[in-house]
Amino acid sequence: MLAFVIVHLLVALALPFLARRSTRAAFLTAAVPPAAALVWVLAQAQPVLAGQVITETVAWAPLIGLEFSFRLDPLALLMTVLVAGIGALVLIYSDAYFSRGGGAARRSAPLLLAFAGAMLGLVFADDLITVYVFWELTTICSFLLVGQAGISRESRRSALQALMITSLGGLVMLLGFVVLGESAGTYRISELIAKPPGGTSVAVAAGLILVGAFTKSAQLPFHNWLPAAMVAPTPISAYLHAASMVKAGVFLVARLGPVFAGMPQWWLPTVVFGLATMLLGGWRALHEYDLKKLLAYGTVSQLGFLMVLLGTGTYTAAVAGTTMLLAHGLFKATLFLVVGIIDHQAGTRDIRELSGLGRRMPWLAGIATLGAASMAGLPPMLGFVGKEAAFSAFLGGSQPELLVDVVLVVGSMLTVAYSLRLLWGAFAAKRDIAPTEAKPAGFEALVPAGLPALAGVVLGIGFPIADRLASAYASAFPPGDNSYHLGLWHGLTLPLLLSAIAVTGGVVLHLGRARLTALRNELPRLLDAQRGYERIMALLERIAVGVTGRLQVGSLPTYLGIILLTVLAIPGSALLMRASVPADLRLYDNLLQIPLGIVVVVAAIAVLRSRRRLTGVLLVGVVGYGIGGLFIVDGGPDLALAQFLVETLTLVAFVFVLRRLPVRFTQTETRTTRALRVPKAIIAGATGVFISLAAVVFGAARQAPSEASAEFIANAEKGAGATNVVNAIIVDFRAFDTVGEISVLAVAATGVASLILASRHERRKRSTRVAPATRVKIPALAEQQQEEVRE
Amino acid sequence: MTSPTKPKPAWTSWDAPSERWLLSGFPREGTQRTVLLELASRIVFPTVLVLSIYLLFAGHDRAGGGFSGGLVAGQAFVLRYLAGGRMDDSAVVSMRPPVLIGLGLTIATGSAFLPLLFGGQILETAIYKFTVPLLGEIKFVTSVLLDSGVYLLIVGVVLDLLRTLGSGIEADVEAAARGQR
Repeated sequence: MLAFVIVHLLVALALPFLARRSTRAAFLTAAVPPAAALVWVLAQAQPVLAGQVITETVAWAPLIGLEFSFRLDPLALLMTVLVAGIGALVLIYSDAYFSRGGGAARRSAPLLLAFAGAMLGLVFADDLITVYVFWELTTICSFLLVGQAGISRESRRSALQALMITSLGGLVMLLGFVVLGESAGTYRISELIAKPPGGTSVAVAAGLILVGAFTKSAQLPFHNWLPAAMVAPTPISAYLHAASMVKAGVFLVARLGPVFAGMPQWWLPTVVFGLATMLLGGWRALHEYDLKKLLAYGTVSQLGFLMVLLGTGTYTAAVAGTTMLLAHGLFKATLFLVVGIIDHQAGTRDIRELSGLGRRMPWLAGIATLGAASMAGLPPMLGFVGKEAAFSAFLGGSQPELLVDVVLVVGSMLTVAYSLRLLWGAFAAKRDIAPTEAKPAGFEALVPAGLPALAGVVLGIGFPIADRLASAYASAFPPGDNSYHLGLWHGLTLPLLLSAIAVTGGVVLHLGRARLTALRNELPRLLDAQRGYERIMALLERIAVGVTGRLQVGSLPTYLGIILLTVLAIPGSALLMRASVPADLRLYDNLLQIPLGIVVVVAAIAVLRSRRRLTGVLLVGVVGYGIGGLFIVDGGPDLALAQFLVETLTLVAFVFVLRRLPVRFTQTETRTTRALRVPKAIIAGATGVFISLAAVVFGAARQAPSEASAEFIANAEKGAGATNVVNAIIVDFRAFDTVGEISVLAVAATGVASLILASRHERRKRSTRVAPATRVKIPALAEQQQEEVRE
Repeated sequence: MTSPTKPKPAWTSWDAPSERWLLSGFPREGTQRTVLLELASRIVFPTVLVLSIYLLFAGHDRAGGGFSGGLVAGQAFVLRYLAGGRMDDSAVVSMRPPVLIGLGLTIATGSAFLPLLFGGQILETAIYKFTVPLLGEIKFVTSVLLDSGVYLLIVGVVLDLLRTLGSGIEADVEAAARGQR
């Protein structure tokens, strides 16, 4: 299984090179790996449905117990059929849809294949972390696919919205995974199912994971990204809606359903939000004029439906859920591809402009009718079989179940109504619109659109196959009184009546569409998810600007003060509380230390009192040289050499910069500058005292030369060929650090240089008449540069 | 800008050195020049460079090393700048500082990977000893390559400093003065 995922991703990596030559070859090559995966998984279907499970585990980071583990069970089998089958069809269709050699075609072939690979990894995954990795991979792929070249503002915004919402949900979900995995002691899904954990933390995890599933599957408060993502090319939308991305959320609920079965924190939100989404999506779909948008809201509605069925956690609901999952994948792929053909051939997909296409494209109309019939739940389609099962799942007799059933029937009415609207809008001859001109579509486009529709009919008539698949998954749930089986004819039962009501109601709704739209226009629009999203994003940006403005005041003394105060507050208080005065404290080791120390102290005090910048800089230099002298006295010639050289260079750099700065620190003595001087001096003095105390205490903490030093000294000559241990450490024992440090130095120097050069370039562009004395930028840069040199 | 000698030099700068091997094309103005410093830097500059290379090689056994050597060489350029005025492309080191930095980094990292080619570990040091007539035994340690990388990089950083903070600011001041005039 891992091999398939890797082959998908590797071929996707190689495809851009092929796509540059020929996009046709790229799309057809891209269709091979999914087709191979489909063939393989169908060959495995017999043993898997008989209860055999194929597993595969690859150690990823064994040190921290991370692994990719894969597992082929009935649910994974079903999803693979959708992901790989529809993936291959969409890729073949894409060749007909995209203009040959165009930018969108060159981008889409590798991205779609990578998308398919990520989805395969997700459906095979048997480990929560593996699920998360592939989950986010699909998010990234869909961002790139929706955004395409990013030329239009709308595509950028939609892609970003999809990324924002789904990755936010993904992060929350990761938190849920961690809570679940830690409280259960395992991240393996099969082990979680075998031994479902319980307790408060698991309930919290359920809620967090549901947020992830809801965002991905476009459930109620988060649904708006899906219709917005309609800016993507149609084949991509087809794949997004039918087999991947949005299916991932539903799939996750199905996958983890057995773990949380019977937990109200799990089924209650899925049922409530699912029902609300089903109604809202269906209602919105009834009023769309864009065929693609209509289908998108239809998907939102169907996803709500699937969420209800798969989240409930009973045997019959699970059977219905898996059947509908398959059915939805098949008919949604067909319908999207059909809309793509219409858009491609007629140049529009607006209901108000299309007329008489049914007569012009009879084959296409036939295919679309098959798909829409399955969506509406007409016999003998798979959609009908699934819907029957769904109605049966909530006939336990209790009041809440009855309510669910009623809402499902209303939702199905809406589904029937928008299915009719789709067919009518796309193919009917409308009286007041001139017949649309359209060239007939080629086989390469028609066959991929027709195959899933045909599969919907075949599986509907051949319902035992679907029944075997669905019951194999649903066996994880308690079967209840009598285990349900799919079928076209159960006798004159209540579900059949409900189906009839739904169809009739849908036809009535469609006939009264004009009045319905008028009614909708009169209703007040209370909440708009899209506007809510935009408000939240704008608020975030405002907060970011506010926080940055308050934190980054642009004053070097303030920054330094904050840094020093932090040093005083955190390590300083630790020093005060813990440290003890070392026992054998000597005043000095060498007489020379006394004059040197005095020089350093005097210079440091003088810096505080200096008014001129140059004086200050020179005095700082004196402090540095004094410390270098102390190094010599203590027997560190290398250290002293480096200290002297760096000190000199710093001094020079300072003097360079000083040419552009006022001579004195403060031009005019005001009351505020004078008032600020005392706190500045206190902070500076306190930090100095702290550092020197810390040096004494920390220095005394080591009792003997450390083992590492001893080893370095012993090995310097033999191992590194150096009698200078310091150098041996730098170029041999710790050479890796050296390489890292010089890289940092290179990056920092280049960065500072380009900052300065860029600001000068800008100034030159503006004018040469700007007074040079008021530059504030340069001291900050010099300071930075100096720090780097010191390092 | 590139030609250092003008056909008719002004009386303040007619005696500016015209050789490009030491001082750059922009001698300081008459009021800012010190002949003593110029002369001293003429003599000292090559000597300091030799000293820096000595430090680079001596670092293995005595005080020194790539870092110190590079800083000393950089110091030599600082002196030359202070005495001779701002540098331009016709300066002694015609390589641009970023190129020098990149070269240093490349040599350092390249020498880190070199032992892999001979089946060693990354950053491993090999010691070669051979005898040269007249000079006696010479010890060559491969880690000196890494040190040379550090040396070049440091020189590049210092030159970059001179280019941006030194001559850059000077050019700014001049431009501003011209603008105000």
